[in-house]
Amino acid sequence: MKILEVRGVNKRFGGLQALNDVNLSVEDGGVHAIIGPNGAGKSTLLNCFVGRLTPDSGSVTFNGQSLLGIKPHEINQAGVSRVFQTPEIFTDLTVLENVMIPALAHRDGAFRLNPMRRLRDEGIIRQKAIDVLEDIGLEESLDMVAASMYRGDKRRLEMAMGLVQDPKLLLLDEPTAGMSRADTNNTIDVLRHISDTRGITMVIIEHDMHVVFSLADRISVLAQGGVIAEDVPGNIKGNPKVQEAYLGGAH
Amino acid sequence: MTSASKTNDTALFLFFIFMVIAGPILLAPIGASYPDLLQKFAIFGIFAIGFNILFGLTGYLSFGHAAFLGVGSYAAVWMFKLLSYNVLPALVLSVVVAGLFSVVIGYISLRRSGIYFSILTLAFAQMMFNIAYSVATPITNGETGLQIYNDDPQWLQGADSPLTTNLFGLKMNDVFWRPEYLGFEAQFNVGYYFCAIFLIIAFYVALRINRSPFGMMLRAIKTNQNRLNYTGISTRPYTLAAFVISGMYAGLAGGLWACMDPLAGAERMQWTASGEVVLMTILGGAGTMLGPVLGAGFIKYFEAIFSKINDQVLHSVFSFMPEGADNFIVAIVHPFVGKGWHLTLGLLFMVIVIFLPGGLIGGLTRLGRLFRRGQSDSAGRR
Repeated sequence: MKILEVRGVNKRFGGLQALNDVNLSVEDGGVHAIIGPNGAGKSTLLNCFVGRLTPDSGSVTFNGQSLLGIKPHEINQAGVSRVFQTPEIFTDLTVLENVMIPALAHRDGAFRLNPMRRLRDEGIIRQKAIDVLEDIGLEESLDMVAASMYRGDKRRLEMAMGLVQDPKLLLLDEPTAGMSRADTNNTIDVLRHISDTRGITMVIIEHDMHVVFSLADRISVLAQGGVIAEDVPGNIKGNPKVQEAYLGGAH
Repeated sequence: MTSASKTNDTALFLFFIFMVIAGPILLAPIGASYPDLLQKFAIFGIFAIGFNILFGLTGYLSFGHAAFLGVGSYAAVWMFKLLSYNVLPALVLSVVVAGLFSVVIGYISLRRSGIYFSILTLAFAQMMFNIAYSVATPITNGETGLQIYNDDPQWLQGADSPLTTNLFGLKMNDVFWRPEYLGFEAQFNVGYYFCAIFLIIAFYVALRINRSPFGMMLRAIKTNQNRLNYTGISTRPYTLAAFVISGMYAGLAGGLWACMDPLAGAERMQWTASGEVVLMTILGGAGTMLGPVLGAGFIKYFEAIFSKINDQVLHSVFSFMPEGADNFIVAIVHPFVGKGWHLTLGLLFMVIVIFLPGGLIGGLTRLGRLFRRGQSDSAGRR
């Protein structure tokens, strides 16, 4: 079954055709990687999924529901969570609070007026957040203010914020950029484990081929705003079009 | 959230109750124990606590909150005119009317954030000030201000109930105890304690909001509103709720002010009054629990002190100086006192913002930390 369907998406920024008739379908379950050289339009495409950008034409459907023209919080409430390329976290809040917020949004919906409810009575939400933080290896820093974390830890925190919502679809924009080799390997293990055990479908944009080939079940290659190949990892490496895009574009 | 912070909150709340109840005694040595000033402390304390729910938590800086205080006052005086001198209906209407106004103004202003939001609120408040001053004269009595006349209907006013604001006969301006100690006189006044009850409730509600999931969302809005949208939260209703709650606090403050002194004038809605509550909150420490109340007390106290000083007082203070020199000193000090006390306030504000980021509470916290570190150092040496 297809969880995400992208049909004929175009996006133009002035004279630049950032996305050119993009077609893409993501199967339910597993990890789908989108790779491509710099400027291929990967982040632009992801932005079209979460309501940050609206395509000029084409359609994006998630579980049969169009994602175009609805607000970012509605897309999230429908079951699509996103992890950003540069860590977007609540820097003034603690690590635990950072993860409790998406967990509360998942349980309570987009708005709940509960000014007299005690946060410390939210035992289940709190435990859920702690569990995810343990999965991702941040259980030591629950009460740390997020601003004071290392960059790699901030990225992992953001992943925890996405995972705690039990999304149907998790979008990850270069989740390991800026991480040490050890953290990268750890992150691969965590994502693999979560994909296997919780059945969360992931779409991952990545430069690091080690990460891509360790995680992806399917790969789409984007070049100059268009999808030039979509296949299982084993066939992508030998695809002449892909080699052309990566090597040919380099000189 | 942890059990430690639970006991901390209880301790903080008990400390607050104690300070408020013991206010008249504690403030007597600095000459602040008289009804008018004590009532101002409580009223502006409520105003600032409410303002802090919006500004301290969400970071939205409203420059028009005095408008809600003003409509609160007008609503209360109208209740006195139409019903009776009983303060309860007056307060209810103050809060309701201020709430309605803040829904409308908040709904429109919150379509923008940052400086544009501030400008929108300022524009609304100035508009309301001008309307109250001119067009709405039948409701506001224009520049004379709204007051109670003998021929007002007062349908529910009992034949033998007092002809001044009261709570079922308990007169607000009564001073029921004037103890003297160490040569200072403390005045225990009904009005102050009436306001104090609301101040304590206002503080308690603000504390609960701060520690609620709702309050956490507001803090998240201040930090990264955009991220919150991608987290599945619709931020607009949250900011509007915070705006309306703080508007109702302002209405309550305005209503209480009218209960202490049954008058309402348009000047209460002027932008300087809106600016004052911003100063109070920042001066005391925005986002902290005690800061806004402390800032309100600080400003109202110095207003009372400095605005009372005139040239005569100055001459008597500097009379020990040689002839001529005292005139010179008085001429220099003159612009900073009396009607010019805002100049002093401005200077104080600058000093605090530059040297104490985090306001008075921020400064006290740092002092406390220094002190504790000093203690543990000396303990370590021993």
